[in-house]
Amino acid sequence: MTAVAGRYVGQSVKRREDARLVTGHGRFVEDVAWPGTLHVAFLRSPIARGRIVNLDVSAALAVPGVHSVLTAADLNEHAREWWQNMIGKDAPMPPKRLLAEHDVRFVGEAIAMVLATSRYVAEDGVELIDVDFEAETPVLVERAGFEGVAADDANLVHPEWGSNVAQALPGPMGPGMPLDNPALEAVLASAAHVVTETFTQHRYLCVPMESQGINVRWDRHRERLEIVSATQSPHEVRSCAARLIGINDSQVHVVADDVGGGFGQKMFPATEELAVIMAAYRLGAALRWIEDRNENLIAGGHARNEDLTMTVATDESGKILGVRAHHREDIGAFPAYAVGSSASSVGMYLPGPYGFGEYFFSSEAVFTNTCGRVAYRGPWMMESVAREQMMDVTALAIGMDPLEFRRRNVVTPDQLPFTTSTGLVYETVTPQATLEQAAEMVGYDAFRAEQAEARTHGRLLGIGLSSYIEPSVGFGIMGAEQVDLRIDYDGSVVATTGSGSHGQSVETTLSQVIAETLGVDIDKVVFTQGDTAVAPFGSGTGGSRTAAVYGGAAREASVLLRNKVLAIAAEVLEASSDDLDMDLGVVAVRGNPGATISLADVAAVAYAGYTILPESIEPGLDVSFRIRAPMFMFSNATHAAVVEVDPVTGAVKVLRYLVSEDCGNMINPMVVEGQIAGGVVQGIGGVFYENFVYDADGNPLTTTFLDYLLPTAAEVPTIEYGHIVTPSPTPGGFKPIGEGGAINSPAALINAVRDALTPFGARVVSQPLGPQQIVDLIKGPASSAESI
Amino acid sequence: MSEHILHLTVNGEAQHVLVEGRKTLADMLRDDLRLTGTHLGCEHGVCGACTVLVDGAAVRSCLMFAVQAHGSQVTTIEGIADADGGLSAVQSAFRECHGLQCGFCTPGFIVSIESFLDAHPDPSDEDIREGISGNLCRCTGYQGIIKAVRLAAETRAATPQDMSAPDDAVSDARVGA
Repeated sequence: MTAVAGRYVGQSVKRREDARLVTGHGRFVEDVAWPGTLHVAFLRSPIARGRIVNLDVSAALAVPGVHSVLTAADLNEHAREWWQNMIGKDAPMPPKRLLAEHDVRFVGEAIAMVLATSRYVAEDGVELIDVDFEAETPVLVERAGFEGVAADDANLVHPEWGSNVAQALPGPMGPGMPLDNPALEAVLASAAHVVTETFTQHRYLCVPMESQGINVRWDRHRERLEIVSATQSPHEVRSCAARLIGINDSQVHVVADDVGGGFGQKMFPATEELAVIMAAYRLGAALRWIEDRNENLIAGGHARNEDLTMTVATDESGKILGVRAHHREDIGAFPAYAVGSSASSVGMYLPGPYGFGEYFFSSEAVFTNTCGRVAYRGPWMMESVAREQMMDVTALAIGMDPLEFRRRNVVTPDQLPFTTSTGLVYETVTPQATLEQAAEMVGYDAFRAEQAEARTHGRLLGIGLSSYIEPSVGFGIMGAEQVDLRIDYDGSVVATTGSGSHGQSVETTLSQVIAETLGVDIDKVVFTQGDTAVAPFGSGTGGSRTAAVYGGAAREASVLLRNKVLAIAAEVLEASSDDLDMDLGVVAVRGNPGATISLADVAAVAYAGYTILPESIEPGLDVSFRIRAPMFMFSNATHAAVVEVDPVTGAVKVLRYLVSEDCGNMINPMVVEGQIAGGVVQGIGGVFYENFVYDADGNPLTTTFLDYLLPTAAEVPTIEYGHIVTPSPTPGGFKPIGEGGAINSPAALINAVRDALTPFGARVVSQPLGPQQIVDLIKGPASSAESI
Repeated sequence: MSEHILHLTVNGEAQHVLVEGRKTLADMLRDDLRLTGTHLGCEHGVCGACTVLVDGAAVRSCLMFAVQAHGSQVTTIEGIADADGGLSAVQSAFRECHGLQCGFCTPGFIVSIESFLDAHPDPSDEDIREGISGNLCRCTGYQGIIKAVRLAAETRAATPQDMSAPDDAVSDARVGA
C-alpha cells in the first residue's frame, strides 16, 4: 500500500497519546489549577453597533469575591504591538483593541472583564455592570447586501479604516497573478461555450469540542510570564504576549499540553486571551479564562461566509479555454489575522487539478458588524467549493457528464511538471489517477443506470465528484521548522520541536519517523512539543504541514544523529562506519554478528569516554536540523458522494462516501484516514446542518448547540478510502493531508444533491441544504445556469 | 450563597464536600475532587463530554447540581479502568480503532458507551449510531468510534469477566442501571 513500509513508517502504529486520554488523564488548559488564580468573565456587547454612553462597574465591585473589574480605560493604552509571527509585521491590519472603547462593533465584543474567586462569582459581577448604549445602524450584508456594505461611507465598521472595504484585488498577490488579462476577454468573446454561475457558502465555524482558554501569571520577581494555553502554536502565543506588553520573547514561557481540537481557531491568541495576558501582567496576578460555548459560538471567530462567481469558457469538445472569477467575503469586524481575507489564496489555488487556460481573478472583502473571521481548515477552500460545483454546472450546460468533463480537463502525468494558470508548479500530483480510482470505486457508470431505474420509482439518487489539489505553504516561518534530537546518557532518544498537536497524533507520527530513521525502538523515543522553554522556535501545527515539514526535519535530524552514532561506534568497534548498521538501538558490524555496541554504550562514550575519539568528533550526541521546505507542497484527492433525497421531507441521506487520495508516503495510514474522515464530516456538517445566522439587526440567532447543529454519528456514512502513493521530493516523501477532507467534501456533497435534483431543474448554488431548503428547491421555479 | 455538605461515593471512594447549592455536579467533580477527566464542552447538555454514571445511569453532569448527587454512587472516566490501570474493553477499543484524536470528547463517549453496552450487549450498527448520537466529536468523523463500539461489544461478549466492574461500588452502580 505504501512506497515505504518500514518497521514503523508506513505502519498503523497505535497512538502513544491515547492511554492518558482514554482514562481521563489528559491535561487540557482547564485542568491546570494554580493556587490563588482569579477567574475571568467578560461583559459582552448585546448590540451590533453603537456608542457606549454609560459604563458603571461599582455594583459588580461590591460583590463578595470580585477582585476587580477592568475596562478599556485600564488596559487598552498599554497594548504595544499586535502583529503575529505567521503574518509578519508589515501586513495591513484593521484596528485592534483589548476591550471595546467608546463604541461596540459586534454582538459579543468584550467590554469589561470581571476578576473573581470563581467563574460563578465573576459572572455574578458581569450581571451587575451597568452599561448603556446609543445604538447605531449596523453594517451587515444581511441588511444592506454586499454591495450596500461596500458602498456605505456613512456607516463604517471601523471609522479608523475609512471604508468598509477591507481588501480589494487584483493587487500584488503572488506568482502569476495578473492585474488584468485582455487575452481572457478574447477567449470569452469567441469560445463555443461560456457558462457563468455564482456559488455561495454560508457562515459556519470551527467548533473544537474544547473551547478557547488560557491561564496566565506574571512572576514579578523573576520577570517571567507563565502561560498555559489551548493553542495550536505555543511560540505564536509567546511572541504575541511579549509584543503586546513590551517584554522579550525569552521572558514568556508558554505550555500547551493536550489541546482539544482547533481547526484554525487556535492558531492565534484570541483578543480575550490577550486581554487576560495584559491584565495578569498589569496586576501581577494569576488569571484564568475558559471560554464557554456561548462565547465560543458568538465571539470565538467565524469562517466561510463568501461567494464566488465563475465564468468558464470551453471549446466544442469541452476543453476549458479560460476562466474569470470574482470572490466576495464578509470578514466581520475583527478578523484574527491580517485583514482576514483568504482571497489571495483562493485566487491562486482556484485552478486546482485542471488546465484553466487564460485566467483572471478579482475579489473584495468587507468588514461588517459581526464576529470576525478566523482560519478554518482550508481557509481558502472556497476555490474547491466553487470550482468543483462549476465543473458540474458547466458540464450540465454543455450537455456532458461531469465525470467526462473532468476527464477532458484534468492534469495528466505526461503534463508534469505542470504550471497552473496562476504560476504554481505541480511535480508529483496524480489528479487523473485519483479521479479514475474514485470513479471505479464508486461504480460511476453502473450508478447512472441505477439512478435512472430509481427515478422511475420516484427515488432521487445523486452522485457527486470533487477533485482538488491540497496546497501547503512552506514560506515564512511555516517553511522552516526545526527538530532537536539527542540521545541521553542512558541511550534514550529525546526529540523536541515547535509543533502544537491538537489531535493530529504528532507525538506518534514524528516518533515513528525518528525511530525508523535513527534505527531505535519507538518506545525509546521521548517526544516533546508545546513547550517554548524546551522546543526550538516553531510555527505550531496548522496548514497541513506537520508530516511534510516537521516530518522532513525529523527525518533529516535523525540522519545526522545516526551518522554521529555510527561514527562513534566505528571508533569503538574499530570498523568503518560504512560497514555499520543500527537497528533497534544496537549498532552491529555488517557480516560480523559478534561485533555490536548498544546505543547506551555509544552514549557513554560520547558523553564521558570521548577521549578515545578523534578531535574531529565533537563529544555528546545532540543534533538540530531546521528544514527549508519548498514554497508550496501539494497532495491531491478525489471525493465521491452518493446521496438519496427524500422528495417529501427534504431529508438527504449520504449513502456512500469515498475518498481517493495521494498524500505521498503515509507515515501512519490509520492517522491519515482519521484526518480525512474528520474533515469529510466537517463538510457534511457544513453542507447539511451547521449554519450560523444573524438577523437584520446583527443579533446572532444560533448561540447554542440546540440551534447550531453539529453532525452526530447518526448522520455520517462509513467512509471508504483509496490510496495512491506518489512520494514528494521532500525528505521522507510526505505530503499534506490535514485539511483536504474539509476542503473537498462540500462540493462532492452539493454536487450529489444537485445531481439528485436534476429532474426538477433545481439551481443548487448555496447551502445549508437542510430539509426546508431542499423542499424549496424541489418546489421552486426551475432555473439553471445561463449558457451562451 | 447557601452551602451544603454533600456525602457521596465517587469511583468507590466516600467523599464529603462542601458545595454551593448552585454548583453543578461537573464543576464539583472537577474543582473540588480534581477529577478533571470529566470535560465541559457546552454546559447545556448537548455535547455529552461531561457524561458520568450516577447510580449506574449515564447523565450529563453539567445539567445536574452537585447536591442532587447526595447519597449517590458516581463513576467518572477515572473510575472506568481497573485499579491497576488495566483499560476497559471500551477504552482498549478506542485506542485500537483510532476512536479519538484530540481526546477532549473521549471521556464522555467512553462513559456513555459503557452504559450503552450494559444495556445493549449485542448492538446492531444502527443501534450503535443511535446509541452514541448523544455525544459530539469534532475530530474523528465518528468512524473510529463506531468501530470501537463494535469491537468493545465483541470483546465483552468473548470475555465475560470484562463485564465485571473494577470495584464493588461501580459494580453496584451498574446493577442499578
